[in-house]
Amino acid sequence: MLSQDLELKQALAKRGITRRQLVKFCSGVLATLALPERYLAQTVAAVGKARKPVLVWLQFQDCTGCSESMLRSSHPDVADVVLDLLSWEYHEVIMAGAGGHATAILDRVVKEEKGKYLVVVEGAIPTGDDGVYCTIGGHSAMEIAETVCRNAAATIAVGACAFDGGLVRSNPNPTGALGVHEAVPGIKVINMSGCPHNAANTAAVLVHYLTFNDLPALDQYNRPLFAYGRIIHDQCERRAHYDAGRFVTEWGDEGHRKGWCLYKMGCKGPVGTFNCPIVQWNDHTSWPVRAGHGCIACAAPRFWDHMSPFYERVPNVPGFGVEVTAGEIGVGLVGATIAGVTAHGLIKMIKPVPKPEPAAETTPQQGREN
Amino acid sequence: MARLVVDPVNRIEGHLRIEAQLEGGKISDAWSSGTMFRGIEMILQGRDPREAWIWAQRICGVCTMVHAIASVRAVENALQIEVPDNAHIVRNLIAGSQMVQDHVIHFYHLHALDWVDVAAALKADPAKTSQIAQSISDYEKSSTTYFRGIQQRVKGVVDSGQLSLFASGYWGHPAYKLPPEVNLLAVAHYLEALAWQKDFIRIHAALGGKNPHPQTFLVGGMTTAMDPNEPAAVINPDTITFLRDLAKSARKFVDQVYIPDVLAIAPLYSDWFSRGEGLGNFLCYGDYGSSGANDPSSFLFPRGIVMNHDISKVLPVDPGKITEAVDHSWYEYSGGNGNGKHPSVGETNPKYTGPKPPFEQLDVDKKYSWLKSPRYDGKPMEVGPLARMVVGYAAGQPEIRAAVNGALKALNAQPAVLFSTLGRIAARALETQIMAKHLEDWVDELDNNLSHGKTAIFNPVRWDPSTWPDHAAGYGWHEAPRGSLGHWVEISGRSIKNYQAVVPSTWNAGPRDGQGQRGAYEASLLNTPVADPDRPLEILRTIHSFDPCIACAVHVLDANGRRFTLPNVR
Repeated sequence: MLSQDLELKQALAKRGITRRQLVKFCSGVLATLALPERYLAQTVAAVGKARKPVLVWLQFQDCTGCSESMLRSSHPDVADVVLDLLSWEYHEVIMAGAGGHATAILDRVVKEEKGKYLVVVEGAIPTGDDGVYCTIGGHSAMEIAETVCRNAAATIAVGACAFDGGLVRSNPNPTGALGVHEAVPGIKVINMSGCPHNAANTAAVLVHYLTFNDLPALDQYNRPLFAYGRIIHDQCERRAHYDAGRFVTEWGDEGHRKGWCLYKMGCKGPVGTFNCPIVQWNDHTSWPVRAGHGCIACAAPRFWDHMSPFYERVPNVPGFGVEVTAGEIGVGLVGATIAGVTAHGLIKMIKPVPKPEPAAETTPQQGREN
Repeated sequence: MARLVVDPVNRIEGHLRIEAQLEGGKISDAWSSGTMFRGIEMILQGRDPREAWIWAQRICGVCTMVHAIASVRAVENALQIEVPDNAHIVRNLIAGSQMVQDHVIHFYHLHALDWVDVAAALKADPAKTSQIAQSISDYEKSSTTYFRGIQQRVKGVVDSGQLSLFASGYWGHPAYKLPPEVNLLAVAHYLEALAWQKDFIRIHAALGGKNPHPQTFLVGGMTTAMDPNEPAAVINPDTITFLRDLAKSARKFVDQVYIPDVLAIAPLYSDWFSRGEGLGNFLCYGDYGSSGANDPSSFLFPRGIVMNHDISKVLPVDPGKITEAVDHSWYEYSGGNGNGKHPSVGETNPKYTGPKPPFEQLDVDKKYSWLKSPRYDGKPMEVGPLARMVVGYAAGQPEIRAAVNGALKALNAQPAVLFSTLGRIAARALETQIMAKHLEDWVDELDNNLSHGKTAIFNPVRWDPSTWPDHAAGYGWHEAPRGSLGHWVEISGRSIKNYQAVVPSTWNAGPRDGQGQRGAYEASLLNTPVADPDRPLEILRTIHSFDPCIACAVHVLDANGRRFTLPNVR
């Protein structure tokens, strides 16, 4: 134990950080993951390792919003993540080098770190017309994803686009865009859906992986349960107003000024799952519903087509209570929507759901286009 | 001589490829290619125009919110909706803070490593760095101990043999000229800026729910309800305090870190005041009016055009003279290429005719980009911070004149140096300083309205689609961090018939037109010396000075409402 401590201390000294800083950092991450303090020693040991695990970040049909979201990481701090926690060797928007010097690093990682490195994917992958809709260094996104994700220990798909094609795949899906798990089937993937992903969750997944060498518990969409397991409506700070029948009925009205429920303004909180109300954004400052706009359920599968029109009311939301889980309502309701849809603007088509179907009966509609 | 290819161009938004021809160690010609296409405007067709901004915002997550504001303005223009004063102020605050934060990130995280050799910072004497820091600024983090700590951290990363983001840099390149001590100063501020930006942008969380992609815009106003006596109101007296503190932090960081760094580093690269000149034509739609988006006379950044470097006159902007050409873009016009089309009647049929991937080189004599070629009155234009400062200077805007003259005096230079790679960097810094100051003014205005019970923030008169005409069309303009942005929308039967965005980086990064006139990037690279073709640092310097945003720049709409056919690879 003593020699381990000494080893850790030396490793940290080499990296210019103190043990105290490291412990503080790990405590913060454990809190996000909702893991007990007893894992602290294990986490500290894993994160303090002399040789940092390698991570590469790929960008395809993206808006770079998910990279920006990562740059907003506060706990752990973004500089700690990219410099101390991992060896963050390829990420087009922030890496030092360009062109062949940069892609050579990617090639080296795939070869020398085969089966050991992590890859983050941001953006959809266009599969139409031999991949001409996204090329990097003359290679198609399809080709790059196949090589880099296939040889990685695990793929972390961040944001709606990497999850299931996101906005790019919306009707009429001009470029044949798909999410990573569909474009590169059969790989080990964890989906961090959302538009964008929330860096607090993604950082927690990274630390979990480093500590336990495995991904956290996942739902049927391969999303971590700690972040996507509960309905937004059930965690919402405006929930008491819903239960009391106090609704905003016009933007800027008395109810709006008093923070009443946004359900009648089109809020999709009742059909979306995410820990948005709890973790919030930008160092726990706020989240869209607090800022007065309805939720658009941006973490839900195919949310662009299935949750819009965003200002239409979700029909016939039953008076479900906090005891009902995401699997029973959120996914069941969304699943029912997905099953019957042929075009966008479909929330209107949702039939009343008297008794929601169990989650296990719904699966993502892989590769199917509207 | 073989073609020099830079792909991917790093430290930008999106997927950009530069091909350049070298002759005698200098660039004799250059081609700029956007290599990613999504088709967002196509996806927008048939949807509710009130939510177009939620979709359009996802054109870009770096300049997040700029497409949201342009979109709501376009729809408000089409439906003739006047927006309450508070909504203007909140939009100015969101957009202004975006500009400040985005420019700081650009300078430190996207551009600095072209000028700063991280490895050389290890050779610095932290005591000397401390002296330099204290000689140029009052910023409190300037002790020897502080800089030694930064140096230790960098040393830790280097000694570990795992250089992370810095692994692929051109360290030791002969074009790096800074003394080790200044390199250390800049590396320290790279880390400071990384911490500051995420803290400051909580202003977007407060007014937008989150960043990236704030979610509080409405056609007709904002969702940030105001009430001086209601703790649950989005904007209440506590919010004002929060906003004011962050606005002050912006002013402090810009005044004490960003501006002094730019003024300290620029003279050490003075040859870049005469490189990267580019087109010499500048376009600015203007924005940040004290009385909304419809009164150009109140704009902080004046609307206007400067042609051929001639700052003795400012020409008016005629929206009808904007066109887009596709002679070298992977699209087809039904009437054949050759004549550009106005965005309100634009037409796009994507037709990829480039090489099938994987490929080594583009056929630049034919079509070579997913970007179109926007033109004003047939001429290519530069947009962005330099265009805003040049047009504002020429128009005699007092704040801009004072800022520019102050910087020129500090650098002991003439206005002509503005037309350069460093000129773009300086212009960006100066407008950040101007904007940071105004953030506090807008917080004060909001505070004043709140405390006087003036709380209207939404105009409900056209929210219900049954109040709309059967057909409406309009456009919305915004001065985004990277330049003049316009959205054009056509609404028919209460849904979007056509949607078109003409975006800053399309102006700057677009390819040649049918007359062979180069785009701004292409023109700016001409005659640039390249010391080492394997490490074309000089190309990065000039391209990065524009702050490319390529996801923004590629967009498409079929104006006739047709579904486009997917192209065949030839």
